[in-house]
Amino acid sequence: MTIRLHAKGLTKTFTLHTQGGIVLPVFDDVELTVKAGECVCLHGPSGAGKSTLLRSLYANYKPDAGQILVKHLGQTVDLLAAEPWEVVEIRRSTIGYVSQFLRVIPRVGALDVVAEPAIANGMPVDEAKARARTLLTRLRIPERLWSLAPATFSGGEQQRVNIARGFIVDYPILLLDEPTASLDAANRATVVDLIDEAKIRGTAVVGIFHDKEVRNAVADRLFEVGKAAVPSSSGKSDLQMSAGAMVE
Amino acid sequence: MTASALRKPAPKPPLLEVSGLSKSYGTQVGCRDISFAVRPGEVLGIVGESGSGKSTLLACLSGRLQPDSGSISYDMKDRGPVDILTLSEHERRRLARTDWGIVHQNPRDGLRLDVSAGGNIGERPMALGARHYGDIRSDAQDWLKKVEIDLSRTDDKPRTFSGGMQQRLQIARNLVTRPRLVFMDEPTGGLDVSVQARLLDLLRGLVRELGVAAIIVTHDLAVVRLLADRLMVMQRGRVIEEGLTDQVLDDPHHPYTQLLVSSVLQV
Amino acid sequence: MTTTAAQVHKEDGYNFAYLDEQTKRMIRRSLLKALSIPGYQVPFGGREMPLAYGWGTGGIQVTASVIGPDDVLKVIDQGADDTTNAVSIRRFFQTVCDVSVTESTAEATVVQTRHRVPETPLKEGQVLVYQVPRPEPLSRMEPRETETRKMHAYAEYGAMQVTLYEDVAHFGRIAKTYDYPAIVNGRHLMSPSPIPKFDNPKMENNPAIQLFGAGREKRIYAVPPYTSVRSLDFDDHPFEVQTWKGSCALCGSTTSYLDEMITDDRGSRMFVCSDTDFCNTRQAEAASAPDDKAAGEDA
Repeated sequence: MTIRLHAKGLTKTFTLHTQGGIVLPVFDDVELTVKAGECVCLHGPSGAGKSTLLRSLYANYKPDAGQILVKHLGQTVDLLAAEPWEVVEIRRSTIGYVSQFLRVIPRVGALDVVAEPAIANGMPVDEAKARARTLLTRLRIPERLWSLAPATFSGGEQQRVNIARGFIVDYPILLLDEPTASLDAANRATVVDLIDEAKIRGTAVVGIFHDKEVRNAVADRLFEVGKAAVPSSSGKSDLQMSAGAMVE
Repeated sequence: MTASALRKPAPKPPLLEVSGLSKSYGTQVGCRDISFAVRPGEVLGIVGESGSGKSTLLACLSGRLQPDSGSISYDMKDRGPVDILTLSEHERRRLARTDWGIVHQNPRDGLRLDVSAGGNIGERPMALGARHYGDIRSDAQDWLKKVEIDLSRTDDKPRTFSGGMQQRLQIARNLVTRPRLVFMDEPTGGLDVSVQARLLDLLRGLVRELGVAAIIVTHDLAVVRLLADRLMVMQRGRVIEEGLTDQVLDDPHHPYTQLLVSSVLQV
Repeated sequence: MTTTAAQVHKEDGYNFAYLDEQTKRMIRRSLLKALSIPGYQVPFGGREMPLAYGWGTGGIQVTASVIGPDDVLKVIDQGADDTTNAVSIRRFFQTVCDVSVTESTAEATVVQTRHRVPETPLKEGQVLVYQVPRPEPLSRMEPRETETRKMHAYAEYGAMQVTLYEDVAHFGRIAKTYDYPAIVNGRHLMSPSPIPKFDNPKMENNPAIQLFGAGREKRIYAVPPYTSVRSLDFDDHPFEVQTWKGSCALCGSTTSYLDEMITDDRGSRMFVCSDTDFCNTRQAEAASAPDDKAAGEDA
């Protein structure tokens, strides 16, 4: 199968200038390859740097060294060397990211929040909305909430809106940061289904799944992050030292 | 997948390209050696505290202030990239009221407070030669709808409007000629938080719907988080950090940016 | 003493037409520039005149600069030859340059006017001098003169159109009835001075030279003969002049600008020509041709 995402030599340290210039190494020389249709689970103790790595793969964090090569519109692009506008385009059509928390936009209704990435990616509005309705239905968001802004929703509802938003575009690469954290069993199962469907379409999935059941259901392999434990009093709970190693 | 196979997609030509821009007031530095580009449809945020040079930069960019050195190249509709500092005043003024928009922090600077809302919006079309009252008015009302001002206020003077409405009217007045680049100076400054949210959301929708590029100067990080694709952080007249908005805000590298980000109150 | 007017001003030390020759040359240069750039406001070194600002000091200086011993002067105020302003200015020029004066538009070579253009069409060779209180049509929208000058320089007249828009929005029509802004020669926006908009079309393509003097603001502008003067409007609210249902109560004219006169304290009123020369001439013609029943009844 084709390789969709290839990170190599990734190194990340945080320098906290506001706290006396403490330097916190998180990972060093990480190499990660994800093929189409494969789901890799980032694994390691809390604070090991899993989220930092995942965010780096989305270019949300800037690693100090390394490359993140992705296939974007038939061409191989290094996400870390790309111009900001290229990153915006790569995120629009190639890499999806489901964060732990929905960043709510004031006054925009749930249905529009979900449909937005698809419309931005060029899908006709009607089709995008139809797709959004299907996803919200599957994720059990009652129809009466669709037109309301998610700011007032419960944590679980917000998270499901966030998931629907992440799955509305068939991204070739999908990054999932604990997508099932605050969901009940039925919705967890739906998320597992969604991930499975994405894999069948050939999506390369990288995720953090704390829930063992979910992990077992979707992950093809584990990628061990940060073995050594380190003080995490810095305020950045995910900071950790050490490298990741490939585990089959 | 090897590095040799790397090929960048052809970039869109920049709409505005600034290089080596400096402006000082005597010995006081306004901004120093600023270079950046804005592409069509891109929203650039410029943050920094008061006195960091962001307003000086914006004034230079929008032609209200003559920089000491540097160039500002703008991709004009009919003639391609032109250094706007070499344009005649006439051409620059024309550019400023057709292909550009300028939204001031204080609506008094950007509106005619004694002219009705409809007249305020109609001014730019009329300046460009619109001479059909009915068309001018219906165009103005379309824009009032877009910025969520009740049509019953069409003939009211903005003097009687709330701050948020004035700001929305200012936006409509600028966007009516479908500019490709809009400069905004603290567009939400001086507004209540709830009013700010509405304005931001409106701006966000309009920017996306029209594909207009924008340069937004603000000290409010929430504003750029919501609106800007890209961010430049300024301190003492210089750009100290720049990148994708979420990168700069979530993983700031420069000490000053870290301080700025950590100083925001969480709610 | 019995002396001629010419002797009077010699003895009193007045130069011909009050202004000294250097001042007249300066004003004539401004006039030439104004004629070369129709509608453009030329600054000039306005002098103190023996008359308060607002009483036609600009018009008087222009007239004094163009008038010669052979000229025939007519002075009107709101169309009438016999109102205070007209009488005193006419007497002024009789005193300082001893020119012939007339009430007849056709006979005059120089006509100084306040607030009207004569009804009788002007001819080539005649000069019409307007008294202008506020020469800058944009000042209502833009108080900064540095800015209004740029707006003229770059022909940025959108703001003026906004004032018309405001009228239509509030009154359903363009409500401005006097000092109605016009574009001269397709280029400069001009205040025609506070003449009724009824007179705007008369400025268009007029064979006479039209000169405008603003004494307080020290500005001169001009419309050369046969120049276009287009009143601003909208396609769907075109410029139109005032009309009256009836005719002049004195001469029966249906084509002239009529003033409303209150004739007693019970609200009786009548409409008569504002242009007294025009009205008198028509009445005289009607009297000399009694068969012609066009003349109205004397009230």
